Amino acid sequence: MLKYLEGSHAVSQVVAMCRPQVISAYPITPQTHIVEDLARLVGEGQLDAEFINVESEFSAASVVLGAAAAGARTYTTTTSQGLLLMNEVIYCIAGMRLPIVLTCANRAISAPLNIWNDHSDSMTVRDAGWIQLHAEDNQEAADLHAQAFKIAEQTSLPLMVCMDGFILTHAFEPVDIPEQKEIDAFLPPFKPQHIVDPRWPRALGLYADPRFYMETRYILHRALEKSEQVISRVSADFAKSFGRESGGLIKTYNLEDAEVVIVTMGSIAGTIKDLIDQLSEEGKKVGLLQICSFRPFPKQEVYRVLKDKMNIVVLEKSVSLGRGGILASDIRWSFPRGEKGRSISSYIAGLGGRNISTDALREMVARVEKEQVDLAFLSLNQEIIAERDL
Amino acid sequence: MIEIRIHGRGGQGNVAAAELLANAAFKDGKYAQAFPSFGAERIGAPVQAFVRIDTKKIRTREDVREPNYLIVQDQYLIDTVPVLDGLKPDGLVIVNADRCPEDLQLKTTATVATIPATQIALEIVGRPIPNAIMIGAFCSITGLVSLEAVQRAIMEKFPGKTGENNVAALERAHEIMQKGKGQPC
Repeated sequence: MLKYLEGSHAVSQVVAMCRPQVISAYPITPQTHIVEDLARLVGEGQLDAEFINVESEFSAASVVLGAAAAGARTYTTTTSQGLLLMNEVIYCIAGMRLPIVLTCANRAISAPLNIWNDHSDSMTVRDAGWIQLHAEDNQEAADLHAQAFKIAEQTSLPLMVCMDGFILTHAFEPVDIPEQKEIDAFLPPFKPQHIVDPRWPRALGLYADPRFYMETRYILHRALEKSEQVISRVSADFAKSFGRESGGLIKTYNLEDAEVVIVTMGSIAGTIKDLIDQLSEEGKKVGLLQICSFRPFPKQEVYRVLKDKMNIVVLEKSVSLGRGGILASDIRWSFPRGEKGRSISSYIAGLGGRNISTDALREMVARVEKEQVDLAFLSLNQEIIAERDL
Repeated sequence: MIEIRIHGRGGQGNVAAAELLANAAFKDGKYAQAFPSFGAERIGAPVQAFVRIDTKKIRTREDVREPNYLIVQDQYLIDTVPVLDGLKPDGLVIVNADRCPEDLQLKTTATVATIPATQIALEIVGRPIPNAIMIGAFCSITGLVSLEAVQRAIMEKFPGKTGENNVAALERAHEIMQKGKGQPC
């Protein structure tokens, strides 16, 4: 049923319908309305789950780790500094192959303190062994949560749904919220493969000396790579069950005859689609490639759709300080080494909530039409940068 | 696509106003988007909220830079915040003020309307929260969103006495604007 509601609220409704058995979260800033809603639903008896309030994100991650190890379907959500505080446990969860679902409301990292949107937080754990899926709008954010539990449980991998903080979490817009029975038909109950149980004592994630540790990382890496198939299949199943496309590895817009292709992740795709339509009316052929699955990175899919595209610009809301664009590096790596003639530009945009305007994007397209831009920061205000800072 | 920017101070129900307007447009069968400017929303601090209304799905996430309509919930913001920035020359600005539009001396070719919303809010709602009155004035002047849909949106968000008081305030604003149509003040 099409409802008008806040992004966080849309997510919490779908998460509740996925029947998580244990939810744990730190209830104080940085946090979203998602846990507030879930706590209310548990409190009112509408959701049969354990809601465990904790004193830090480190504890929240530890609680869901323990609960998942005991065989419960588990959920948590955080953002920004909260995800950083979870970091140690985030790696353990992946190493133990626990199918926890976490919503990351993407926000910037301190210092300086900034509460606004960018992708810096989830980027800090991109190598941790989690699946990371990015939502374009609140419909997709809601839909990805239904898919998330299914993908995580089928692959025994934890999954992070990334949705732009504030821009999506605090935006009100219409979202088609499924019926409980539709979710029940789509998502079967969780049947854990290995659980810790006092009746049959065993341990998870204890100790691997140099004879074994490397193999655990190799197996985890292969599991991430293989999860691409599951992500695609679950997205296709979702489309069959719910009649709309959501998730998957990549999405494209106006790509067929595009002369310039913008590659990006998350909610900025919407603004870019509007710009592409405007440019199309002016006779300019610009296309869009959206990366939904950032980890695993769908290298083959990227190559398949971009191999004939000679002018590509990667726009991303995070930066590897001292290196440059992170998504840009992954895109460059998707092409054969040593090939010539392909222009791949890299733009960093929207850090700490800086507005990404259509005008600025238009200028970006005009510039990459003329030259390859190795690295640029969109809408940088030179007036507030002192000479001595450079 | 219609774009609305709401200026106010933290505590005046700016985000709620955006949310209610967009919800009402949705109830009228349109597509709508509402989002705050995500500032530090302390009581009294200048804040903004944005609304977009269209007949088709709204994809853009850009801040509203060139609004068709401005709602200013505090007349004194005009002195400290460049509220008129980007307002379409043929647009409309509605200001919560106890003065006539021309007394505000706004540098714009857009239509200017005023309504003493704080005073009305104190009378009807009992608290100086002008948002329902500002929405009422907006609906009354523009006809873009139906009053009936706003009433339903208000009752959904604030069931009970608070909602009823705000609906009464909304209706009062509508009456005032209808009566004052064609008159300066």
